[in-house]
Amino acid sequence: MAVGLASGRPFLMIAYILKRLLIGAATLLLASAVVFAVMEVLPGDPAQVMLGMSATPEATANLREQMGLDQPLMWRYISWVGGLLVGDFGRSYTYSAPVSSLIAERLVVSLPLALMSLVLSTVIAIPVGIFSAARRGRLPDSIAMGTAQLGVAIPNFWFALLLIYVFAVGLQLVPSGGFPGWGGGIWNGLKSLILPSVALALPQAAILARVTRSALLDVLGEDYIRTARAKGLPRGRVLRRHALRNAMIPVLTILGLQFAFLLAGTIIIENVFYLPGLGRLVFQSITQRDLIVVEGVVMLLVASVIIVNVLVDLAYALVDPRLREAA
Amino acid sequence: MTDAALDQPLPDDGFWRHALRNRSFVIGAVLTLLIATMALVSFFWTPYSVFELAVANRMKGLSAEHWFGTDHFGRDLLSMIMVGARASIAVAVVAVGIGIVLGVPLGCYAAARGGWIDEALMRVNDLVFAFPALLSAVMITAIFGPSATNAIIAIGIFNIPVFARVARAGALSLWPREFILAARAAGKSKGLITVEHILPNIISLLLVQGTIQFALGILAEAGLSYLGLGTQPPMPSWGRMLFDAQTRMMAAPHLALFPGFAIVLTVLGLNLLGDGLRDILDPRLRRVR
Amino acid sequence: MSLLEIENLTLSIGGASILKGVDLSLEAGEVMAVVGESGSGKSMTALTLMQLLPPGSKTGGRVIFDGQDLLKASEADMLRLRGDDIGMVFQEPMTALNPVKTIGEQVAEGIRWHTRVGRAEAEQRAAAMLDRVGLPQSKFPLSRYPHQLSGGQRQRVVIAIACALNPKLLIADEPTTALDVVLQKQILDLLRDLVEEKRMGLLLISHDLAVVAEMADRITIMRHGEVVEAGETSAILQAKAHAYTKQLAEASAHVPSVRVAAAPKTTPSLATDAPRPLLEVQSLSREYPGRRTGIFSREAPFRAVRDVSFSVGHGQSVALVGRSGCGKSTLARVILALDRPTGGSITFDGQRIDILPDAKLRAARRNMQVVFQDPYGSFDPRHRVERLVSEPLHLLENKPDRDERRTLVETALEEVGLAASDMEKYPHEFSGGQRQRLSIARALITKPKLIVADEPVSALDVSIRAQVLDLFADLNARLGVAYVFITHDLTVARAITDDVLVMHDGEIVERGPTGAILDNPQSDAAKALVAAAPDLDRALAARSRTKRAEALRPISG
Repeated sequence: MAVGLASGRPFLMIAYILKRLLIGAATLLLASAVVFAVMEVLPGDPAQVMLGMSATPEATANLREQMGLDQPLMWRYISWVGGLLVGDFGRSYTYSAPVSSLIAERLVVSLPLALMSLVLSTVIAIPVGIFSAARRGRLPDSIAMGTAQLGVAIPNFWFALLLIYVFAVGLQLVPSGGFPGWGGGIWNGLKSLILPSVALALPQAAILARVTRSALLDVLGEDYIRTARAKGLPRGRVLRRHALRNAMIPVLTILGLQFAFLLAGTIIIENVFYLPGLGRLVFQSITQRDLIVVEGVVMLLVASVIIVNVLVDLAYALVDPRLREAA
Repeated sequence: MTDAALDQPLPDDGFWRHALRNRSFVIGAVLTLLIATMALVSFFWTPYSVFELAVANRMKGLSAEHWFGTDHFGRDLLSMIMVGARASIAVAVVAVGIGIVLGVPLGCYAAARGGWIDEALMRVNDLVFAFPALLSAVMITAIFGPSATNAIIAIGIFNIPVFARVARAGALSLWPREFILAARAAGKSKGLITVEHILPNIISLLLVQGTIQFALGILAEAGLSYLGLGTQPPMPSWGRMLFDAQTRMMAAPHLALFPGFAIVLTVLGLNLLGDGLRDILDPRLRRVR
Repeated sequence: MSLLEIENLTLSIGGASILKGVDLSLEAGEVMAVVGESGSGKSMTALTLMQLLPPGSKTGGRVIFDGQDLLKASEADMLRLRGDDIGMVFQEPMTALNPVKTIGEQVAEGIRWHTRVGRAEAEQRAAAMLDRVGLPQSKFPLSRYPHQLSGGQRQRVVIAIACALNPKLLIADEPTTALDVVLQKQILDLLRDLVEEKRMGLLLISHDLAVVAEMADRITIMRHGEVVEAGETSAILQAKAHAYTKQLAEASAHVPSVRVAAAPKTTPSLATDAPRPLLEVQSLSREYPGRRTGIFSREAPFRAVRDVSFSVGHGQSVALVGRSGCGKSTLARVILALDRPTGGSITFDGQRIDILPDAKLRAARRNMQVVFQDPYGSFDPRHRVERLVSEPLHLLENKPDRDERRTLVETALEEVGLAASDMEKYPHEFSGGQRQRLSIARALITKPKLIVADEPVSALDVSIRAQVLDLFADLNARLGVAYVFITHDLTVARAITDDVLVMHDGEIVERGPTGAILDNPQSDAAKALVAAAPDLDRALAARSRTKRAEALRPISG
């Protein structure tokens, strides 16, 4: 029933945005508690764990004090979260450097890598998905979807090895690993990120293309598509003007999920290509038991996933007017 | 697809007739069976032992004696791939099992109860989703020690919210249906209705999701083993074989090719199987064909 | 020459023959009704005209529209015709509009596409068209989205889209089937006015003769992909020359014979003179919390049912009649204890059931069963009939063993006219009417004193509907089961109930013996329902009056 529905209702839209932001903030807070708790329940004394069994009691006690482990639990959590909010992630034991500067150093590698792969996978996948849906059941569709099916099955680190073998070892077009830094020119930096981003992007693109296609096909079966066709609009125009926007909802969902996959993927891919990024940092810190670094980087990655998902929720409301009122 | 997939009758007489005509299903089933058989056979017989080293015979190419060549310790690659299938499958099976056993009841319970319990459970779900699965798995295995068991637990935990979400979505679309109302009017409790009507009707959704998670589990296990956090040597695993191959790729590319093919074929088979199942179980698609 | 001339049209989809040589013609400005039950091919005929058939369709014959054979027309030709010369209105208004585009965009789109006018002008024309279909800009600005409109309003938008460019031919495929009777009348009136005003030919497709009798100039009756009979409306309906036409006509105004015979029987009236009514509902209310409009504010709670009181005696059958959204289904659910009231009381068989916890409702549930509307959704598709029909046996104190259970199911199946052997089948092996019989068998198996039936025949074809109504009447006469019959269709109420309660906006606005109320409604709500109810005889009478008036009118140029 549409009884008494004003058309604009901006406060419903604002309520929707506020609710999403609140949920995001609450999730963030909970996530920080989880990360903190996981570090806390680790078997044994964190200082001992970090230093190993051979450490002297004095060194351990020293580290405990330095880490603030003698403080009450709640206080440590609050001061940790408080520190995070002002960008103080603590101090790495193994690197003897502030975690924030370690992160900043690595971010200049990981962020471009993540963005490049996200852009790459989106610009490949969505057009392919649309193309396939428009030619459903015909040869081009079968070829595109067969390739996508294969792409989904390929582990990205194996794909990375193949890329290295062909383009770095064989054709010698790009370096096979390592990162020269941005100091030696943008192109040099970019060149060493090409293969990693392709390796990360392609399996993602395969999934995204399949989702785009099937979302479009679902929408193309809807009654309102028939209504649009009955207006005399040609198929292509109906697809662009009516189907695409409705199909964006599942596509956005997958994009949001893929961001998390992408971050996780960097751990392996940065290891394959010896890239000094966040993924490699967290992996090395875990194996070296540098828990302060692990805590900080994990929190940063989790926070970015949560923020991206809040953005996806807000994008839903842009796409679908019904959600704007479902506060 | 959610709603339509709930509608089909029992996978009885019609199922196999449709299944055998579905290309994805047939190819997927054959690939999956092939890999599973390989893993089973490896318990009784492999061309060579995977634990005996023959350094003299190292990094040999393809030959009649060693179909897939040998690795840097002279072990037969085919034998290693056969034994490696065990770890992949075992990890994925148990991890999917954890997801189903814990996630499905959780999702069904949330859907049946509704209200704040549902809301709270789903928020916890969202929370778990916020942790990139592989990152968390790396953390867990690194902290509790690298082993196949810890890999299983790590991958399994992240299957719980997936199955909870699928089960809840399926159950929620069923609860307002008239046959459920009729069951309620017949005095059946929500628990009984869930067992008698909800679960059987969401089985196909869970089956399809199961094959997808199984495939993801194989990929995750390979990734963890590649990082040295999964199955531990000397037990061969596909991911570790790829790690060992990386530095020797120039001299012996076949070391990287065959374990990769094994992973791709397994995951491809499972995905095709899932796609096929969905097409067969979704009557709406069946009509279009 | 006719506007539309269909000759020997055949259609097969994936090898299955759908249309087998259909002939049909339509003059400019004429209303042609195509009437048939499900599977008659009437909707496919419409889609053939639009050339919007599903893939794998093969057509034969000729479809001449405005001098052009549509079956031979290129897609480019069809693009020019669709939406410009031929408009189409669909059955399901809730899904016919794109949810993410405003109604203004959707109406203006066709105008812009065909006439190449600018956005501003197209929007102006769209606004005028929406105004014409009863959606004035002051209340329904172009910026509205479909979800902000009700079903009837959405159907008006669909009509605006179809008529925006004054097509020569308008096709309306069951345009009112998803709407209640009052909306149905409004939409049909709107279509008729538009057709007259713009001199469009209208191809009106329907499953119910009574719906089209009043407005169609000519009727084509279809069955199994063939034309059974065609001709001028009153001639066809008065002569009822063809047996199938006769069957359709009679089914649409069907009164079960048992009922006719039993009509004079002393029925306990709604007054409380009976010793103890079976069901007694007192000041019952059901509120739902209002929608949230801000973080701290909510709309006022929505009162789906407010302060409703009535009672039903043993063996009595009561109709609960009202428009969609009037609260009748909510009331049914509350009575069935599937939903809890927020105020008032329900006494069933001497027991207050509204305050009983679920676990203690067994006795009440045993004596009060339910039949739902949708014969497809009422059964778990995975269970066999034996298990489905015996489900309520769960309520018995002494669980019957397997043999007893089979005997009980057998009896129930025979009671509703099905065979004992049907026990082994799955629900998808039955037709819609048979499933509704299964539904009744399930309701009967615990030998209840009351059956609550929520629109039990509205999803059925008219001839099947008549049979199921007969069954309900027969069971009432033989077994003395009382009914609460929820419906928006007065013919159904008249056919099998003693008393009627008219609901409007959650309240009962009128009550009394069915015949009296339907013949002489007092409240506005009841009057609207009665006036809007399709009635074949009344429609025919109205037609002959206008015919006579036309005949008396002096012939002018």
